[in-house]
Amino acid sequence: MTDLLAARGQMAMSLGFHILLAVAGMAMPLLMVLAELRWLRTGDAVALDLAKRWSKGTAILFAVGAVSGTALSFELGLLWPEFMRLAGPIIGMPFSLEGFAFFLEAIFLGIFLYGWERVPPWAHWCAGLGVWIMGMTSGAFVVCANAWMNTPTGFTLEAGKVVSVSPWEAMFNPAAFSQVLHMLVAALEAVGMAVAGIHAWALLKDPGSRLHRMAFGIALTVGGVAALAQPLTGHVSADHVAEHQPVKLAAMEGHFHTARGAAFHLGGWPDVAARETKGSLEIPYLLSILAFSDPNAEVRGLTDFPEDQWPPVPVVHIAFQIMIFAGMALAGVAALAGFLAWRRRALPTDPWLLKLVLVTSPLGLVALEAGWTVTEVGRQPWVIRGIMRTADAVTPMPGLVVPFATFTVLYAALGLVALALLRRHVFAATPTVSAPADEEVSHARA
Amino acid sequence: MPAPELLVAGAIVASLILYTLTGGADFGGGVWDLLARGPRAKAQRRAIADAIAPVWEANHVWLIVAVVLLFVCFPTAFAAVSTALHVPITAMLVGVILRGAAFTFRAYDTGPGASERARAWSRVFAITSTVTPVMLGVCAGAVAAGGMPMDAQGRVVTDFVSAWWAPFPFAVGALTLALFAQLAAVYLCVEREDEALAGDFRRRGLVASAAVALCAWVAWVLAGEGAPLIRAGLVAGPGAVAAHVLTGGAGLVTVASLLRRRYRVARVAVMAQAVGVVVGWAAGQHPYLVAPDITVSSAAAPESVLVAVLWALAAGAVLLVPAFWVLYAVFKSRGGAALH
Ligand code: HDD
Ligand code: HEM
Ligand code: HEM
Repeated sequence: MTDLLAARGQMAMSLGFHILLAVAGMAMPLLMVLAELRWLRTGDAVALDLAKRWSKGTAILFAVGAVSGTALSFELGLLWPEFMRLAGPIIGMPFSLEGFAFFLEAIFLGIFLYGWERVPPWAHWCAGLGVWIMGMTSGAFVVCANAWMNTPTGFTLEAGKVVSVSPWEAMFNPAAFSQVLHMLVAALEAVGMAVAGIHAWALLKDPGSRLHRMAFGIALTVGGVAALAQPLTGHVSADHVAEHQPVKLAAMEGHFHTARGAAFHLGGWPDVAARETKGSLEIPYLLSILAFSDPNAEVRGLTDFPEDQWPPVPVVHIAFQIMIFAGMALAGVAALAGFLAWRRRALPTDPWLLKLVLVTSPLGLVALEAGWTVTEVGRQPWVIRGIMRTADAVTPMPGLVVPFATFTVLYAALGLVALALLRRHVFAATPTVSAPADEEVSHARA
Repeated sequence: MPAPELLVAGAIVASLILYTLTGGADFGGGVWDLLARGPRAKAQRRAIADAIAPVWEANHVWLIVAVVLLFVCFPTAFAAVSTALHVPITAMLVGVILRGAAFTFRAYDTGPGASERARAWSRVFAITSTVTPVMLGVCAGAVAAGGMPMDAQGRVVTDFVSAWWAPFPFAVGALTLALFAQLAAVYLCVEREDEALAGDFRRRGLVASAAVALCAWVAWVLAGEGAPLIRAGLVAGPGAVAAHVLTGGAGLVTVASLLRRRYRVARVAVMAQAVGVVVGWAAGQHPYLVAPDITVSSAAAPESVLVAVLWALAAGAVLLVPAFWVLYAVFKSRGGAALH
């Protein structure tokens, strides 16, 4: 494995891991405050119990998210010093603001997790709301930084040196709006559906549980509303990509030859040597409509661009197909559940529906990873599109496969432990207070 | 009005000071968890965990702030340091990750077998709490030592080892560990009402104070060869003498007030001493960020960025100060402690 490949692998692995915890930090607080709100308004003890149980699970994910994020801030320099040397000042604004969002989030979280008995209930609820808002805000800031890598603006270069910067223009670059919107909705969708799946499973085992019923209802509502919105925000993203990143669009679609009234390729395998996408279902005109809202619009194909500027086309195309499939499947489940709820004026918990939600529940997280693969791999060979190649950004440090392997093993282990702990929390025998781990060290004594 | 790059450099030093005073003490707590002994070992561990739990995630953001300010405002320095110190930074990160995870896993483990697992997590937490500050100090010591020259393109010239694999950086690593442990012990004296427990931490605080003095002396001696530049700065720089007097004096006051069981005075003194150490380092190294080629002004980002970041810092501070005040008021006030 070359050092460049190891660096790319480590970056992809670290971000792919961190994002799973980050979305938990962006969406779980909403579920917690909704449960706590129900308790505040109705005095229903089950709702309070649910809020506390969710907050314990979240605390585990939060801690792992915080440490993996800390590692990421250093990894940007450890792996891509040349990228940071150029880009650091330009994308500094969102990163600096993100620092403050982290602070406020961590402060509110401390109060939320450990302050049940120390602050009045309404203040406690506000702290939870603060965690949610700050989590969404930090997600938005970091995605602005990433969007700049796709559409770099707000600076001038002279002989490879940055001579002037407008930090705000760089932050609000053309890709920022569509990416942030799509990412925030993705977080609510992916986590809402995953949590709904967990409680659907619990309900199948223990159909009488009020706690799991309530949890299923809240999570499915949040995840379902987001799932219905996501194809729309995805369309906004696609519009943006079509206008600003034509090579990425062509790779996503497996679209080799410039054409008017271009067809949309569903599935299939892009054969780069033959310059065509094989075995796909072609839907005439749809690509022109999706990209430019006009059936006869011209969509540029890959062969319009020099081949050394193509990303790995099959990876981008397949990842895009996975995201679309997952998004459509979840939107379908959400529409079905919403229809049943509207017809019956009650939360539908038929076993077949629970099974359907359970089976489809990981798809949001799958779409999340696939979508990031589209964005990141679709930008290759550039780390800053049109400005700096990934190969020129990497550190000269030899033997990068060692840290890559180390972090991979470490994160795999942490991920497995966190899953095991969450599992025990969901199925804790005593619902109200999970038994303290050890008299000596436990402080989870809410 | 000082130049904006100096203000940002000052903000970085301020974040490092706050990280030392808060996050550093959280690490020190882990050291005393590792060394918990005697009839009250359990109570000691519990006191440490209670002190850290609600605040550690907020405390460690200071480190992130310092790093972000460095890469935003002094990108050349960030690129040079993270290239030449790849190995110790990676080691530190592994420690940071394992430590935070182990602490949380220990607190939130439930069900059968939880207490055996908690002991294992305790070990991981305590060992990484000890190793990580050493690596952090090694990185700081390597920066102080300089020895990371640049080529004509502004890339650092390094063999990835010699900048940090030397006696001086490791002496600074030991000093960092001792300092963090001392901070934690003194804070814990104040936070415990139980006289016997406070006495345990008082003894630990005295031992750690001696260790700090010893490590500082060793680092000073090794600096003669390992970090001549900073040593010269520590002798000659304008603020240098004042920083020495402050640091040494504060150290003596710490010991004296521990001996007389004046824990609150000791807490102020030990904080002053830690501030002195960090400020002394910064003053000694000024105007270099990474000797011998990168200075505060040569590495600075364009002025528009520095000014915008300074405004962002000012605006953020308006939100942060009250938020931190609330956090500490809720968890560190006497009234709060009474609920235990
Ligand atoms: C729950 C997750 C999820 C779901 C169901 C979808 N997406 Fe997505 N998508 C993401 C999660 C995501 C993401 C991981 O959040 C990305 C990566 C970068 C970004 O901004 O969002 C993304 C990127 C992304 C991009 C590339 C944006 C860019 O590179 O700037 C496009 C064009 C779409 N999506 C379009 C869609 C469409 C048409 C969907 C139809 C259902 C869809 N996505 C569902
Ligand atoms: C969490 C969501 C993200 C995921 C899953 C992700 C995934 C990836 C992947 C798969 C690569 C490797 C691409 C390749 O080499 O073919 C990569 C590279 C990279 N990403 Fe991301 N990324 C994410 C977000 C971000 C963000 C927010 C930033 C910065 C602000 C970022 C910065 C980088 C950099 C610097 C590289 C290395 C250069 C490159 O290969 O393009 N990524 N990421
Ligand atoms: C799309 C990509 C990303 C998203 C959406 C995201 C979002 C978040 C969120 C919501 C948190 C809050 C804590 C949590 O919930 O676990 C978090 C934590 C963190 N993230 Fe990310 N992040 C992303 C990528 C990155 C990158 C590229 C970096 C570093 C350069 C980074 C650095 C951090 C740090 C340092 C923390 C810890 C903050 C704390 O201590 O509270 N993140 N991230």
